Amino acid sequence: MCTYETAHVPLNDSSGKGVAGWFGLEEATVYLDHPVDAPLDHTLNIDFRRGADRVAVELDPRGARELAVAILTMLDGAPVGLLKGAPLHG
Amino acid sequence: MRGDLHAETITFAGDGGTEIEAYLARPVDDGSYGGVVVIHHLPGYDATTKEIVRRFAAEGYNALCPNLYSREAPGAAPDDAAALVRAQGGVPDERLSGDVAGAAAALRALPTSNGRVGSIGYCSGGRQSFLAAATVDLQAAVDCYGAFVVGEVPEGFPLKAGPLEHLVPSLRCPVLGLFGMDDTYPPPADMERLSGLLDDAGKPHSFHYFEGAGHAFFSPDRPSYRPEAAKEGWQLILDFYAEQLS
Repeated sequence: MCTYETAHVPLNDSSGKGVAGWFGLEEATVYLDHPVDAPLDHTLNIDFRRGADRVAVELDPRGARELAVAILTMLDGAPVGLLKGAPLHG
Repeated sequence: MRGDLHAETITFAGDGGTEIEAYLARPVDDGSYGGVVVIHHLPGYDATTKEIVRRFAAEGYNALCPNLYSREAPGAAPDDAAALVRAQGGVPDERLSGDVAGAAAALRALPTSNGRVGSIGYCSGGRQSFLAAATVDLQAAVDCYGAFVVGEVPEGFPLKAGPLEHLVPSLRCPVLGLFGMDDTYPPPADMERLSGLLDDAGKPHSFHYFEGAGHAFFSPDRPSYRPEAAKEGWQLILDFYAEQLS
């Protein structure tokens, strides 16, 4: 199915590396849909984007969930002061 | 000889007169052929869509697939263009109608055109084919598992695509609908409701539901491919066009 639903996550001071090298990111779009390449019916897809440039991933749902937990765990466990000035909780 | 075809990338005047890219395939032999506007799925103007265009030419139709994402991402890889357009909320309905109208005009301008043109679309293109059936001068339209022709759009829905049931009285041509019984976007119940609305309005249509098939059962490069449903579906499409576009 195509849910069409897409989450938009604004990104600042962030970079991704594409075919032509590093570029600054403006947002990530997150959605469940048919993958272009991964061998599954549906994947959790993330496009790290700036305009028409993107770094794309198609993740199996279990891996995507573990990735999300790992990201939160890393952020929550950051040593005091390491991420000074960067809001960690929304 | 039947099956011989010529295929190439062209441009034509789409909505607002903007020149947009398109993939044209046509029979090589002189003759008088119906035309088919192929509306690509949400993942874009990709290789499997171009195979569909060539199939129609091999079957004796002039077929044209507009790159609906030409404006946003000219020259981009189909998946990159689709990601960008998705992030921007999809293709507006009014522009889609203008692009299909332009594609139909380009097909009718071919020296081998018999003047009759149909549309076909897959996934989001299925909904757009239904839209075109109400807004463009067409003689036939095929909707392959297009979601949100009827039914509720989820809260926070990000695309510029809402239900089209208000267009039922405006339909200008017969509609063939091909759906998977296991699909949830669109669910068969929604399509049965649409069929009832079309009956009430006296609009000719033929809807078919395939057991054991879900969304995108025509896509040969995806795990959702269901060869039996796709084979039967192709035959229904060719029979429908033979009747409506000859």
